[in-house]
Amino acid sequence: MCLAIPAKIIKIDGHKAIADFGGLEQEILLDLVDAKENDYVLVHVGYAIQTIDEEEAKETIRLFNELAESTEE
Amino acid sequence: MQSSQKIARALSNKIHDTVGDREIKLMHVCGTHEAAIVKHGIRALLPENLNVIMGPGCPVCITPKSEIDAAMKLAEEGVTITTFGDLLRVPGSNGSLASTGKAKIVQSVSRAAEIAEHEETVFMAIGFETTAPTTASAILRHPPDNFSILCSHRLIPPAIKWLLERGEAKLNGLLLPGHVSTIIGVRPYEAFPVPQVIAGFEPLDVLYGLHMLVKQVVEGRATVENAYPRAVRYDGNVKALKMMNDVFNQVDAVWRGFPTISKSGLMLKDEFQQYDAVKKYGIRLKEGKPAKGCRCDELLRGLATPTDCPLFGKKCLPTSPIGPCMVSREGMCKIWFDAGIR
Ligand code: SF4
Repeated sequence: MCLAIPAKIIKIDGHKAIADFGGLEQEILLDLVDAKENDYVLVHVGYAIQTIDEEEAKETIRLFNELAESTEE
Repeated sequence: MQSSQKIARALSNKIHDTVGDREIKLMHVCGTHEAAIVKHGIRALLPENLNVIMGPGCPVCITPKSEIDAAMKLAEEGVTITTFGDLLRVPGSNGSLASTGKAKIVQSVSRAAEIAEHEETVFMAIGFETTAPTTASAILRHPPDNFSILCSHRLIPPAIKWLLERGEAKLNGLLLPGHVSTIIGVRPYEAFPVPQVIAGFEPLDVLYGLHMLVKQVVEGRATVENAYPRAVRYDGNVKALKMMNDVFNQVDAVWRGFPTISKSGLMLKDEFQQYDAVKKYGIRLKEGKPAKGCRCDELLRGLATPTDCPLFGKKCLPTSPIGPCMVSREGMCKIWFDAGIR
């Protein structure tokens, strides 16, 4: 139920948008977010519920790598 | 760049080192977390003395029988019931919504509102804070008069409060649900005096969240940490929260397996009462009896696991479910059964 899937906004038309779910394009609703084209959003039951912060996403990956390196024998 | 396996191993080692020989019990409250944990074999990467259990994290499972019975009664009277997939097969007191032939699966509330342009339609609105704003936004778009909702939305922080006050599950900390938190943010959890970490749903997100959580437990801290910052902001989704507040009042509500939990449900405000199916059809909610032998109630409170239930995988199967936890893709029994756990 609380599954939300990341998608990239391709084209906005009013409160609707076409979003790319890894190759599959589907219409989503933008009522709950302020998003622009090319933004990544989390989509839940047809609605974007939050924009994904790309800087934070990169930071998390950097952190994971650091963790793995720090435990290398 | 390190491989995912290498990062997972590093996190697993850190968790083992941190936990040592302590007995630690953590709860998550999200079926999507349970699905990720089981699918990626995360429990096998954890020390045996670290117990990660599931609480009331499945909206379909915690929807009381009374509300399913009410929807079935409306369906029998000829109203089209629309809802999200899993709910259709949950047993009510007398069959399930699927057996009425008047229930339709929708992918979103906006689709239900479209159906209402042609027929009398009730949307059974289930889900936590992740989902409730979508219902609010549909109501704010003034759907047709044929449309109303049976509001089964529930709120997570009041349930956490109940669990902590009751204390029966003896929890050392909570892994908080990432997508509920994208909406509500960090603040609502700050009132709870236990270690808490908000986590995402990729296997590494879950492991990382657990690592932060055991660190807090062992270091004797109790704060809310955010291990999912790419999706969760401190204030949550302010726009979505405002819509929820504009449309709903918080009310006391019954959860399956729990008594009434204070301020844990949502009800349409007076100005939207034309969309309230309970008022529109004069529904009286009557609690049904729990299925005999089913341990969903204890499961939802973190007091049992599916393998504790003698019916699991025997009389109770996904094809002939006895309780809701065997129906929903977020129900612990269904997740464990599908993964081959017996
Ligand atoms: S296995 Fe079936 S009967 Fe047992 S707790 Fe789960 S849903 Fe209920």
